[in-house]
Amino acid sequence: MTEVLLAFDLLLSTTLVGLAMAALTSREPRRAVILFIAFGLLLALVWARLRAPDVALAEAAIGAGLAGALMLSAARRATGSRPSRNKTRPANEER
Amino acid sequence: MRARNLVIAVTLAFLGIYLAWVFLEGVTGQTDARLADLALARIPESGVSNPVTAVLLNFRAYDTLLELAVLLAAILGIWSTGSAVPGFVPAGPVLSSLTASVVPLLVLTAGYMLWVGAHSPGGAFQAGALLGAAGVIMRLSGRPNAGLPPLPWLRVATVLGVLAFTVTALALMGAGAGFLTFPLAVAKWVILAIETAATLAIGAALAAAYLAGEPVVATGTTATSPGGSER
Repeated sequence: MTEVLLAFDLLLSTTLVGLAMAALTSREPRRAVILFIAFGLLLALVWARLRAPDVALAEAAIGAGLAGALMLSAARRATGSRPSRNKTRPANEER
Repeated sequence: MRARNLVIAVTLAFLGIYLAWVFLEGVTGQTDARLADLALARIPESGVSNPVTAVLLNFRAYDTLLELAVLLAAILGIWSTGSAVPGFVPAGPVLSSLTASVVPLLVLTAGYMLWVGAHSPGGAFQAGALLGAAGVIMRLSGRPNAGLPPLPWLRVATVLGVLAFTVTALALMGAGAGFLTFPLAVAKWVILAIETAATLAIGAALAAAYLAGEPVVATGTTATSPGGSER
């Protein structure tokens, strides 16, 4: 039983680090936010494994859910405003 | 550019080594009694049986009061950036019916979370997050103000947590107990009252944060909704 749990913990922590790196290195904001939400959900599992159910609940609800929703709408606005900025502004903004 | 990357990499490496050392020291370094044992031993004096709630709402209540103040400051910051952006298009029949069943369930679960926080995992922040999530869902299904009450009431709701906390603490101080010191006889009810106010404040603040600006004064037809009147 402990070996299975150890294997699960190792899988969980490597996936967590992998997701964190993928979220940080992702170029597209929307993709990064979705990876961050997946990261938050797995982090909630980690808190549950550390026997901190209170923190797990808060992480799943606030860290993954609400922060994810806020960042998704921010990412939508970021991608929505970027093309126009790239096309029209650089000439004016550079100097 | 290369040199700067190198500097960043070396700094991060040192930071990592330092954090690993702090972790090791925290796990193995201390031999005498730790804070957790002290807190666990005094839970019967706190009025609740869940250790996390006991620490958050009683032993370190000042921290929680300041956390609520931070949330209030964040909302004031968001509101100062301008008025809320227009909402999304009204939801189709599937999303509407889903919203109609999920939102009451979320409000019910929030109430349960608030109550159960006294003896098992749960509490004001989780319950408030569920209320906020209900607001986000209502906003996503096309309600322009996320089911929040009109602006004057919304202002009351967002300051409710800090207000109830401070007023209770001052009243207890007036009664001779000391600022944020809850006498055991009333501790349970004081904590429940503060948590209820904090839940409403957190829910309102999180849903209002999703509007990304100060809500426009509602004039439309869908502004008042069944879910909104509860908050």
